Amino acid sequence: MTEETLRVKSLTGVEMTLPIAGPGTRSYAFLTDWMIRLLGALVWLLLAVLLRLAPGIAGRPVAHTVLVAGIILALVTYFLYEPVLEILTKGCTPGLRTAEARIVTLDGMTPGLRALIIRNVFRLIDCLPAFYVVGMITCMLTPRRVRLGDIAAGTVIVRTDAHASGSLDRLVARSRTTRLSVEALALVHELLERWDALEEAARAPLARALLTKLEAAPADPGSEADTAALRARLEALLVDEPRIGR
Amino acid sequence: MSTSRESDAEIWVRAHADEWQALAADAAAAAHRNQASVDEALQTLRTYRSLLRHLATVRELMPGGVLVNVLERTCGQLHTAVNRPPRLTRASWRRLFCTDIPAAAASVRVLTLSLAALLVASALAGWWLISAFPRLISLIATPQMIAGVEHGHLWTYQMLSLAPPAMLSAGIVENNVVVVLGAFCFGILFGLGAFYIIAFNGLNIGGLLAFTHRHGLGLELLKFTLAHGFVELSVICLAAAAGTALGESVIRPQLASRAESLRRRSAELAPLLLACALLLLGSGLIEGFISPRPAISIPVRLAIGLGYWTFMLLWLSGRLCSAQRMPAAR
Repeated sequence: MTEETLRVKSLTGVEMTLPIAGPGTRSYAFLTDWMIRLLGALVWLLLAVLLRLAPGIAGRPVAHTVLVAGIILALVTYFLYEPVLEILTKGCTPGLRTAEARIVTLDGMTPGLRALIIRNVFRLIDCLPAFYVVGMITCMLTPRRVRLGDIAAGTVIVRTDAHASGSLDRLVARSRTTRLSVEALALVHELLERWDALEEAARAPLARALLTKLEAAPADPGSEADTAALRARLEALLVDEPRIGR
Repeated sequence: MSTSRESDAEIWVRAHADEWQALAADAAAAAHRNQASVDEALQTLRTYRSLLRHLATVRELMPGGVLVNVLERTCGQLHTAVNRPPRLTRASWRRLFCTDIPAAAASVRVLTLSLAALLVASALAGWWLISAFPRLISLIATPQMIAGVEHGHLWTYQMLSLAPPAMLSAGIVENNVVVVLGAFCFGILFGLGAFYIIAFNGLNIGGLLAFTHRHGLGLELLKFTLAHGFVELSVICLAAAAGTALGESVIRPQLASRAESLRRRSAELAPLLLACALLLLGSGLIEGFISPRPAISIPVRLAIGLGYWTFMLLWLSGRLCSAQRMPAAR
């Protein structure tokens, strides 16, 4: 299955692609945000209940006011969390940040106030009849994986790579200490960058294939099971080795 | 030929290693920055342009390679950071309140008046329905409301004994905001959702007025609604009109596609929703703090209701403020 991407044109006319977040990433972000706002609302309620029972307040008319204030603050936290946070964080709520995603416009830009208001207002339809069923169905059916609110607001959720510049930095640093060809270096670099995210069953064959291609001697089948050893051999290629061709 | 191309790429990439490292550091700093000085912003722009230039070159030298991917991801990270809408300054808030909101209201003026007429028509229908078939009131009112009115008590004045004004206001505002946002959102169903909400509210209002009138409490109900009703009902009509306009943009797209047309219309009408929410906050406070108090006389209620309504009309017609002061002539 090919990765869904959003093609955007930069200011200089060079095109680039941003990976679109699918229903899984969106759900993960939503659930994280939902837990945060639920926790926030519960904290207000708990504070109000505790304050109500505090000496000097308990049994007095002010106790009722404290409880009412707690309920109002809890409701405000619960219902306004997403619109307010989306506006304040410019489309990158804590949930989206955790899921390594963010809201962008169809041009890949940071969305403005209007787009964020519209996207949140349409939650009323997207959450129908319950548990965001309409939003989820729309998200699965549309090519950009968007819910109705996103269609109306012209927004998309894309996956972000917060470590992209760090990755470029490490790639350049590695290019100084290795004599691998740039393309080979880039392959080894990419595999090492994704090492922890890959499953062991997937990374071992990749590492074996790459080592067989790059090293003069084929990878030793006896040591193939040890992925740590495979990683060490890949890293060794990046440290001042004699120039190896492809 | 291929070998020569590869060696060109090797030479080129290794020659730019230092520059790339500096660009990567700049990109990392820019992506995590919330505020930037002019120098920092200009530096970020230079970094962005340089990275894009290098991306274009690497694409040419090593098409489809991992290096393209790494550079593209870095550019993507910077693209969103660089392309941010301007911060909302006092001038932009002023423009929003003094120009954008009145413009959005003006764009749906005819629809608003049409929906107001629909509200009145359905209220009349509701009045007739309950007058002709009194038993149907059970479809509109709860058994407690019906029993109260039959015993000569209007439910509205018991509201303060059930909840304090602040809680009451919060509940009312929440309910009204949901109705207004619903009228807006459901308008996307070719306007039918907005029509339904307006007609349903009109039937309820007319029916309740007829029912209370039968038991001699019609004036009391009118008295209750005088202070907040003008703005509340106007805002519902306004939001429904905005929703209908959204539906119209889907039925009769003015742009290349329906989605694009909907996006454009939504962006134009978004400020109106903000105005509706703020106006409802005001009317919710009036409904929670003023309307349920029997001691407040009809003239005072009327003055508050009409005063607030006049404020709304002046604001939405753009007569309350102007977006910018004209510069002094030299």
